[in-house]
Amino acid sequence: MKTLFDKIWDAHVVSTVEDGPTQLYIDRLYCHEVTSPQAFSGMRDRGLKCFRPEKIFCIPDHNIPTLNQDKEIVDPISRNQVAALDKNAKDFGLTYFGMGHKKNGIIHVVGPENGLTLPGMTIVCGDSHTSTHGAMGAIAFGIGTSEVEMVMASQCVLQSRPKTMRITVDGKLGKGVNAKDIALYIIAKMTTGGATGYFVEYAGEAVRDLTMEGRLTLCNLSIEMGARGGMIAPDEKTIEYIKGREYAPKGEAWEKAVEYWKTLKSDSDAEFDKEITFKAEDIEPMITYGTNPGMGLGISSNIPTIESVPEAGRISYAKSLEYMGFKAGDSMLGKKIDYVFLGSCTNGRIEDFREFASFVKGKKKAANVVAWLVPGSWAVDQQIREEGLDKILNEAGFELRQPGCSACLAMNEDKVPAGKYAVSTSNRNFEGRQGPGARTLLASPLVAAAAAVTGEITDPRVLMA
Amino acid sequence: MKEKFNITTSTCVPLPLENVDTDQIIPARFLKATTKEGFGDNLFRDWRYDKQGNPIETFVLNNPTYSGKILVAGKNFGSGSSREHAAWAIAGYGFRIVVSSFFADIFKNNALNNFVLPVVVSDKFLAELFASIKEDAKTEVEVDLPNQTITNKATGKSEQFQINAYKKHCLMNGLDDIDYLLSNKDKIEAWESK
Repeated sequence: MKTLFDKIWDAHVVSTVEDGPTQLYIDRLYCHEVTSPQAFSGMRDRGLKCFRPEKIFCIPDHNIPTLNQDKEIVDPISRNQVAALDKNAKDFGLTYFGMGHKKNGIIHVVGPENGLTLPGMTIVCGDSHTSTHGAMGAIAFGIGTSEVEMVMASQCVLQSRPKTMRITVDGKLGKGVNAKDIALYIIAKMTTGGATGYFVEYAGEAVRDLTMEGRLTLCNLSIEMGARGGMIAPDEKTIEYIKGREYAPKGEAWEKAVEYWKTLKSDSDAEFDKEITFKAEDIEPMITYGTNPGMGLGISSNIPTIESVPEAGRISYAKSLEYMGFKAGDSMLGKKIDYVFLGSCTNGRIEDFREFASFVKGKKKAANVVAWLVPGSWAVDQQIREEGLDKILNEAGFELRQPGCSACLAMNEDKVPAGKYAVSTSNRNFEGRQGPGARTLLASPLVAAAAAVTGEITDPRVLMA
Repeated sequence: MKEKFNITTSTCVPLPLENVDTDQIIPARFLKATTKEGFGDNLFRDWRYDKQGNPIETFVLNNPTYSGKILVAGKNFGSGSSREHAAWAIAGYGFRIVVSSFFADIFKNNALNNFVLPVVVSDKFLAELFASIKEDAKTEVEVDLPNQTITNKATGKSEQFQINAYKKHCLMNGLDDIDYLLSNKDKIEAWESK
């Protein structure tokens, strides 16, 4: 009577501190350049080596420019931060996929596509979107830099055991509705802090029906409702996805692993601390209108009135609408937009580019829109070209950029100017997230594609064949 | 940074906004440093300074009426990105305690790992505390870690707050988790050889 979460967590408990947290063994630590330098410095100050260097993988992604990666990074501070990871990986003997390496890309895209992320693992990274990897049937969560240092030093973290929640999405999704819409719908219902303290398992027909890319998108956004992480039980689709990937087990080890992975599901009598059920048919293409990911609605809905917001939240709500330049009660459809961003650890995978390309095929980018299409990794870039999607995109007036986190958090040059509206397939619409003063509308690749060709917020279903 | 905790009494800086995310606490463009120092200067950067870098007078950190070691914030403080830079910015600015009715998980851990104490109070206590500070900016709050109580000195009202015994021990003795984990390597090796 264990949940999927219980099975993996319990298998990784090294000890329990009296009246305190659990000492949890970590199978995989991913490091990017932003949240690791101070951890490496801490290790040096203490005179320590990494306890299990073979379990640590370093990949710079946040600062990476999306043009001219064959040249030096222009911004000296960004260049310095990436150079620091370069040196740290070398000094501590860690595997490193640097800028320009064929395995470089966004850490949460690269991990699963190389078979580094496997079912039953515990995975951490100094990055809240580490929850992405839960789609493979792993316990994966974001940690701070002090905790990164703990894992480097001991391959363990100290964590309080979270509560468990199961979110079930029953039924079939409608036309033009995908994993991103499920996630934005759930977050809007749960609010941005509604799953804090919980680890979520996603279940139900609509979740099982998702491709692995879709599942990665769904789990990626778990943190946006405050959840410690999100996960999906591995099934045949998961096993098929992993088979043959570079770091996946091979031969006899593969057979043994698959046998174990098949046990990784919640028992039928397992009890969750909280159970929530949604219907897939209630979900339409979603878009956000405010400054946190919980402020989302169906694309044909109007922005909520201030009276509908609880009193303690009204100052924040008014501040949010003022920042966005929207009025309570406004319709979202028809609002003019300036930028479109396709990419990020949320929607930078091959399926996202297929969806975007299938929509814009035979259409033209609106003249008033600047579009940034950024593959999540070089492997995604290569597959885009193999499938000929680049040609479809080019004919419609779009160009591919080079992989990285890019405009999701604008640590490189890809910044949306102040006051401009960006329909973005990324994960956060916080004030200033895509550049100081930038106004972000989170949406799926399809909604982004519809905005890119019409220059305004458009229901993609209307234009779909 | 490892100043031991006991009883702290201080005036407060009020920030009555909900869902203050870590991108507001420290925007991404200030995350490029490779040390832990200097983040306090950019705490709440885009609320605190305009595009030219001039202080925005209406923002509370620029209002000399309010000061102290305690930041009081609306619910769900520290949501979003896991960046520990948010905790470094808060500590670097000089806050030792953040009071709210709700904290995001990763922020809470990051704060504790930097000897900043997150104190969770009831919605009612928080609303009254905001009211007390609004009425008198010199309102003091006492946070007693050994007894796990917080007191609004203006009203005299107290509440208990939760913290696990291990973390309390660490804060009161200036110890961190790595000290603990390193003393525990035999258990880790035993687990690995299972």
